[in-house]
This record gives sequence, structure tokens and C-alpha cells, in this order.
Amino acid sequence: MNPEERHIFSVLVENRFGVLARVAGLFSGRGFNIDSLNVAETHDKSISQITLVTHGDAQIIEQIYQHLNRLIDVIEVTDLTAGTHVERELLLLKVGTPDSQTRAEILQVAEVFRARVIDTKPASVVLEITGDEGKLKAAIELFETYGILELARTGKIAMLRGSEK
Amino acid sequence: MLVDSLKREGVEYIFGVNGGAAMPIFDALYDETEIKLIPMRHEQGASHAADGYARATGKVGVALATSGPGATNLVTGIATAYMDSIPMVAITGQVFTHYIGSDAFQECDVIGVTRPICKHSYLIKDCEEVADVVAEAFHIASTGKPGPVIIDIAKDAQIHKALFQYPETVSIRSYKPQVDGDPAQITKAAELIKEAKRPMLYAGGGVVLANASEELRQLTYNTQIPITVTLMGLGAFPETDPLAMEMPGMHGSCCANYAFTDADLVIAIGARFDDRVTGDLSKFAPNAKKIHIDIDASCIGKNVPVDVPIVGDAKNVLTELNKQVGMTDIDPWRNQIQEWKQKYPFEYEQKADKVMPQYVIEQIYEHYSDAIVIADVGQHQMWAAQYFKFTEPRQWLNSGGLGTMGFSLPAAIGAQLGCPDKTVVNINGDGSYIMTIQELVPAVTMKLPIKVFIINNMYLGMVRQWQELFHGKRYSAVDYHDNPDFALLAQAFGATGLRVEHTEDVAPALLKAKGITDGPVVIDFIVDEEENVFPMVPAGAGLGDVIRGLA
Repeated sequence: MNPEERHIFSVLVENRFGVLARVAGLFSGRGFNIDSLNVAETHDKSISQITLVTHGDAQIIEQIYQHLNRLIDVIEVTDLTAGTHVERELLLLKVGTPDSQTRAEILQVAEVFRARVIDTKPASVVLEITGDEGKLKAAIELFETYGILELARTGKIAMLRGSEK
Repeated sequence: MLVDSLKREGVEYIFGVNGGAAMPIFDALYDETEIKLIPMRHEQGASHAADGYARATGKVGVALATSGPGATNLVTGIATAYMDSIPMVAITGQVFTHYIGSDAFQECDVIGVTRPICKHSYLIKDCEEVADVVAEAFHIASTGKPGPVIIDIAKDAQIHKALFQYPETVSIRSYKPQVDGDPAQITKAAELIKEAKRPMLYAGGGVVLANASEELRQLTYNTQIPITVTLMGLGAFPETDPLAMEMPGMHGSCCANYAFTDADLVIAIGARFDDRVTGDLSKFAPNAKKIHIDIDASCIGKNVPVDVPIVGDAKNVLTELNKQVGMTDIDPWRNQIQEWKQKYPFEYEQKADKVMPQYVIEQIYEHYSDAIVIADVGQHQMWAAQYFKFTEPRQWLNSGGLGTMGFSLPAAIGAQLGCPDKTVVNINGDGSYIMTIQELVPAVTMKLPIKVFIINNMYLGMVRQWQELFHGKRYSAVDYHDNPDFALLAQAFGATGLRVEHTEDVAPALLKAKGITDGPVVIDFIVDEEENVFPMVPAGAGLGDVIRGLA
């Protein structure tokens, strides 16, 4: 077996009914993996961007690229991992604050991660953290020691640096 | 609106079955003169007939059905066309827009059901969209790598009226098939061809779809490189030519399979290294560099690593390649091929008192060598591919990719309507024939002179063969001795029905069928029940491990 690689694809698609199903169906039908998926309109309302994280060996990645391109509604596919890129995810964490000392500690840790407090109640806070996968993983590990009550995170979004496009 | 759009696309025939959610379309076709509506007896027949029309003519076939069960019955035909890249537009009625999603009577998410088996699909909720969608659908179905496109149209969109403005041209920003091959890659390919000592051409259905048989022949004749043509491509190169190694793969010629195993260069054109061709991939053409010409980039390197990939239309790429290559200096290799060819032809043993199925095919070839031959799926299909020598593209139609039993009779109807001046021969099996036998009705009604030749071994023969070889002769669910008498049944349908049980009656019956031109003829050839298809490369084995016959 060839080594598996993680790849991030940026897929520009027609902003039409059913396009996401075509993309998702392609992955399930051909046995490819989706690790993370994010879909949103772009500044051009007729185009949506799908950011898709997947993994596989070089041959599988090539197949994924070609099959995405083959879908009629797909306008452009870019393998962001082929160039230098930035990637971000957004994480919302609700952490329990049983007493004022714990609360103070949590807020300190939050500062380390440049997290924003977006809601606060007597017994819990909701934190917003953005970053790459490594940072979010570290944050989750740390806050787990205080007890995470709820967690929600977006899929990854990514972009090539500078003028590489 | 829809009918006017279809006229603009030059549609001659629509194959359909009427039903609630499609009634306005059928109503519009009722007094239509430019487009002929062909009522079939089952929607599967409609989609296969549209497919057969497309395969025989190269034009887009059109099938029409109602929502729900009508649409799901089309599905097998759509999947069949998808696997073989056949240009087709399937139109389905859908329930009223305000009922969509409410589990209404005969409602089905057709777009959802067909998503993985079509090239593209559209749901029309507003009749303003009809003209644009039809134009796009025909464009997508017929260009690039062809394929079926679904148009699901809500009943209210069928009824409402809008100003008819048909687009003059179609441009889709997300769909631009690459038809010209990269010149640098073509030059690389030409160099490999010049250097090779044991090159072979491996051509598939893509050559037929691209109408590139002329260019393929030119390449083969100019270079004198031996050629094997796949099941889907048969006829792209004349099998009667000394350079033809005949079909490769599981039931292909030993010559073609040995050639793959020994070749130092494989030039694949519109062929996709299907598992039925390659056998065990690790043993497939182990010594060969590979050039792969295909319109579909996702096909290249999917199964087999390729040294020189060329994405483009076979016709364009071969035209360019032909300018750069000439006669090759490979006499020892050509002699080797001739030796294999002579040593291992397709052959069978004539058993006493049996009609041998291979003999029937040989006789069909003898009497109908110019006919369009439409086979179904199974043993008879392989025997037809082996023993009928095809010389022209679009002369041989069959369901190669999906392997759909029941394909051939309705496809023959489409082919006969598309090619009224040609003789259409349907070689069928006893198992496959009865799957779509109801389509004999429209064939009789339209007086189509289709020759239906059933190779009847009273079994689901190909499965029985595998059971004999790999399941200890446990003939589970393959015994078809309880089938009705097909000759009598044909007569009940209003066709001519004949039954042949003796070898000496084969040729006279075929001759007799030739003279019947006012409707279909069904000849039920009762053949040896337990004859097997050889040579055979067992599933999962390498091409070099071909079994030539049971000793």
C-alpha cells in the first residue's frame, strides 16, 4: 500500500439545488473518505465553495480530483495541499464553571488560545476559538480537564497563500 | 414547449409508456408528425430502445415515462446506458410542484434515485426553464464522454405555457470537455511506438463512440501493429483482417491475452482496462509500457498505471498521432502473433445429435454477415462475439458494462427504427429473452422485420457454467426447462415463430427468416444444454492462465 496523505480540496460549484448531494454521493458511491466538509456561498452568489478534507494514497487522491472535475456542476477543483496554504476551523466550546476559581482558570486558559467568550452564565461559559487542526486539538484536550459540556465545530476552510491561485 | 424543444434537437423517435404525471407530454405528442412516439410495453423497454437507437445511429436516444414506478422502471436502462457511455435523454413526469416532497401518489425522488447512474440530471419546476434545460441536456448527453441525462419535469411545468425561445448555442462554464490531446504527449506516444519491439493496440468502445474507426484503421494499417478490440469496440477494426487478434479478456482469444502478457507496449484507445479484460491486475501486461488515450481523465490510471496519458477525443488524437508514426519494424512479434492465432483459434467440439450454439452463430454470420447484431447478456453473447466476425462500427450492440439481461429485444427495436435499411439480428438467450419478451408487441405492431434468434439451452447458461466449474455443479436457480415454447409464444404475439432442434435445420430456418420482411421472426434454437464458453480466464486469474477448454 502506498502511504496515505491528507488533502484539502477547494471545489467551486454552481450554487444550485442538489449539488452537495452529487459531491457527497460521489464519495460514498466510490468509497472515498470525507474527513471534513464545509459549504458556503462565495462573493459571487451563483457560486458556492466546498472545502473538503479527505485522505488516501496518491492514486486515490488523483481519482478524487478527476471525479470531482467530471461532475457537470463543478466549476473548478484546487488541491490546496499541493501549494502553501492557510487553513482555519471554528470551534465553539461550552465549559462548566462550578466555582469562581475554576471560572478564573478557564478564562486564563482561554486567553492563551486567544479564545473569545461569547456567552457567559453562572455555571458555564461558551468560548469561540479559531485555528488550525493542531491548535483546536490542543484546546480541546486542555478544556477537557475542566469538563466540556458541549462542543460544535465547523469543517475546515482553506485558501492558497499570496498569488498562488 | 418540451416537444418543440425536442424537435429543435432533431429527435425522430421517443420511446415511452404513458402515465398520470406525463400525460400532458403524451398529449402533445398525440398529433405530432415530426416526432414519432413509439409506445413500448414496459418502461425498461423504452430506455433500452432509446439506447439501441443511440448505439446504432450515434444520435441521442429519447425515453419518456411517468413519475414514480414509470421512472424507476427506466432505471435499469439508464444504468445500462451510463456504463457504456451511450448518449440518451430520459424524460420523466413528476408530480405537481406543490406535491413534491409530500409522498404524493406515484411520487419518487427520481433525481435522487438516478444520481449515481447518469451523467447529469435536471428537475424542472417552471416551464420557463424547459428550452434551456433541453438544450443543455442534449449537449451534455452527446459531447465529451457521452452518457444519459435525466429531465424530471413537474406536471404543472408541462401544462403551463411560456414564450418559446430556444437557445442557439449552449455554453456551460463548468463543462468544457477536452477534445484535443496534448501535443507533447502525442509526440511521446509516437516515440514509444517507434521504439517498441512488441507493441499492441487495444481499442475499446470509445473508438466507436468517437466515430474514430477510420483513424484507428489508418493507424493499424500504417504501423502494422497487431490489434485487439474489446467487446464494446467490436467492428471498430475488421476482425477478418490478419492483424486482428480478436477480443481480449475473460472469454477473449488466447492470442490477444498472450499478447498482453508478452507485449512491451500497450496502446489503449477508448478502452478502460475493465476487470473482464485485464484479469488479475498484478499479472496484466507486466512488461509493457502503457499509452492511454481517453476522453475521460478519470478513466486514465484508474485500474492500471499509465506511462503516457492522453486526454482527448479518440478521433482528434488518432488524427494527430497518425501524422507522426509509420511502419514498425517488428516482424518477429508479428510472426509470434500469427503463430498464436493459428494455434489457438476459437474452437468447439461438435457433439453427436446436438445443435452446437457456436455452430448456430457461425451460420448466422454466414447468412447475415452485414446485419446489425444485438446480443443480450450471457453465454450466447460471448459466442456471438467470438464466432461472428464484425467488420463495421455500430454493427455489434450489447450491454457490456452493466451486463443487463433483457437489453437486446427492445434495443433491436430502437436500432431497426434508427436504421430502417439494415437487417437487424437479435441474438438472445432463453433467460434474457423472457425478461423483456413483452416488447415483441410493438415490434409486431410496427411490422419491424427483426430476426430474433434464441440460443436456447434451457438454463441461465453463464451462471450454470460457473456453477459447474466453481460450485460443484450445484445448479441453484438456473434451470429454465419450465420456459414456455418460444415458437408458439411468438405466434401468439402475432410474429412468426419457428423451432429448430436439429443441426441440418439451422441453415434452412435462417434462410426462411430472411424471406420474412413484414414482421419479426423468432427462431428458437434448441442447443446443447451444457456447452461452456471457452477460452476462459477464471475471475481473479491472470490472462496467461487462460483455460482453453475442459480436457
